[in-house]
Amino acid sequence: MSAAGHALALQGLTKRYGTFTAVDDVSLKVESGQFLTLLGPSGSGKTTILMCIAGFVAPTAGAVLLDGRDITALPPEKRDFGMVFQGYALFPHMTVAENVAFPLRVRRMGTAERAEKVRAALDLVQLDRFAERRPSQLSGGQQQRVALARALVFDPALLLLDEPLSALDKKLRAELQEELKALHRRVGRTFVNVTHDQEEALSLSDRVAILNHGKLVQEGAPTALYDRPRTRFVADFLGKSNFLHAAVQQGGAEAMQLAIGATPLVQRILPGAPHPAPGTKLLLSLRPEKIALLADGETADNMVEGRIATWSYLGAGFGLSVATQDLGMLRVTLPSWGAPIAPAEGLAIRLGWSASASVPVEEDAA
Amino acid sequence: MAPAGQRQTGWWLLILPAFLLMTAFYVAPIAQVLAISFTEPQPGLGNYERLFTSESVQRVIGTTLRICTITTALALLLGYVLAYRIALAEARARRWWILVVLVPLWISVLVRAFAWVTLLRRQGLVNQALMESGLVAEPLQLVWNEFGIVVGMVHYMVPYAVLPMLASMREIDPRLLAAARGLGAPRQTVFARIFLPLSLPGLIAAGVLVFIFSLGFYITPAILGGGKTLMVAEWIGLQILDLIRWGLGTMMATVLVVTILATLAVFSRVVDLRRVFGSGA
Ligand SMILES: Nc1ncnc2c1ncn2[C@@H]1O[C@H](COP(=O)(O)OP(=O)(O)OP(=O)(O)O)[C@@H](O)[C@H]1O
Ligand SMILES: [Mg+2]
Repeated sequence: MSAAGHALALQGLTKRYGTFTAVDDVSLKVESGQFLTLLGPSGSGKTTILMCIAGFVAPTAGAVLLDGRDITALPPEKRDFGMVFQGYALFPHMTVAENVAFPLRVRRMGTAERAEKVRAALDLVQLDRFAERRPSQLSGGQQQRVALARALVFDPALLLLDEPLSALDKKLRAELQEELKALHRRVGRTFVNVTHDQEEALSLSDRVAILNHGKLVQEGAPTALYDRPRTRFVADFLGKSNFLHAAVQQGGAEAMQLAIGATPLVQRILPGAPHPAPGTKLLLSLRPEKIALLADGETADNMVEGRIATWSYLGAGFGLSVATQDLGMLRVTLPSWGAPIAPAEGLAIRLGWSASASVPVEEDAA
Repeated sequence: MAPAGQRQTGWWLLILPAFLLMTAFYVAPIAQVLAISFTEPQPGLGNYERLFTSESVQRVIGTTLRICTITTALALLLGYVLAYRIALAEARARRWWILVVLVPLWISVLVRAFAWVTLLRRQGLVNQALMESGLVAEPLQLVWNEFGIVVGMVHYMVPYAVLPMLASMREIDPRLLAAARGLGAPRQTVFARIFLPLSLPGLIAAGVLVFIFSLGFYITPAILGGGKTLMVAEWIGLQILDLIRWGLGTMMATVLVVTILATLAVFSRVVDLRRVFGSGA
């Protein structure tokens, strides 16, 4: 399993059910060997896109290209894609080994070679000891790994995963995320994964595509999406965010002066970003962990005073809701280890963040 | 399918009241039938000896087994195709299909047998159509023989074949079929390697049900066989009601009951019998 993965491209992919548009003009590129995650809330069209790639759903418009070749009309069995279904879809009347051998058997591979490949695939997912068991005799995590082995055993051009971890509990999910990531590195294939778990998307992927109502909202590397969300939806869906409605007071080359009520704010302008005219209303996204607690006399680009309205202990940190005069309620997370204060309701504190901590985002079209 | 002995016990408990009722109203008369078969006309195994010596007894058993086997095979084949069609249909279409399959069950078996006679007799619709299309010169003998009986019985049994098979097909996760195709299997392979094996329990259950039902058929063979082709039920009636040979009649009745119980016993080891009685789950 050393051959490189294949590049996949979607061009204007659209799927309508009657008058309802499940996937709306989605164009995407996945480079060879990349791990792409389709992320979006329930009903945003993730499974539909994956099914169009796999060939189970015929798109209403648009094309699916594999290495530049149009495969939109190719039936699923001719595409040579490995697929892990939601719920795994293991064949209950076959053993683990027979399940993994199935794709080889339909390709009429000889018995000896088949046995060899099945063993290698089961080794890869560390299930060699379970070859003779039935799927019903395996745990959820083991079943998931059988599904992976079965999807990888025939050296597929592309591996498609539909919420492969959603049925597992949190701890096992984290463990298998690690395994999946390691596996991706080992086999070097192109992976397309579907999830509605934002942490999974951030930790696994080279690229993340965020979908809402069938539309592609933003696509990019996890850090880029997290730090520079383009719209309010992306900022909100990928992690948590405060949203601030500010008015531009004065422009500048690298930063602009804003204000919310009587509170002045400084916002850095990213290279290439527009320079809004004074008076423009801006929506800012500000991550709770980018806000710091200011000690007496300490200063920051942006500073506000407030009182702790509610707080909760999260283990690794404290989650605070801080009531402020002009900015309303601000969500703030602080590392709990070495926190300079003991949170208490009503406690007056000062908060600060740098000019590059917040980003202007667009309001989503309704 | 039923890994725990505990579940089995629960199931038996549920039918306990029915079982007691059966004991009072069925087991007692059946015991009497059994007794008569050993005592009339003289005490002894004389009646059972006929199983090995009498050509007419052997012929009726042979005919019955042959007709039942053919009926079962045809009903399973037709039923499987129907059940497959229904299982893969859209929800709305499926309701219509099930209705179409079930409607014959509400029509009297007598009416259906006579309807077949009307269709299949020498001047019937089928022969007329065949002659007009020039396929045959002479009307075919389609009724009052084994062919007629099989047609009538298959028609009667198809719904009974469809229901257990449909129940087991509906349990098959459609994602398995999609997964198989996604892994590179063409449609025929998906059917042969995934769908067929997974629907096998329903197929066997339907086979047992249809075969056992067919063994005891009375009205359909009596009407469509025209008295010339005898199956055991009619033969028993003939012995007891017309020829007053109680010993012989009850012997055959006993053989029939034992055959049915033996069939059930054998297949209960192979397949979950709850399916046979339509519990589906
Ligand atoms: N066969 C169909 N007929 C009609 N509408 C459909 C069909 N399949 C999907 N849809 C609709 O298309 C939309 C997108 O569905 P899809 O399954 O792609 O969502 P998803 O993003 O995978 O959601 P989830 O996270 O819940 O799995 C949904 O609103 C769904 O109701
Ligand atoms: Mg989905």
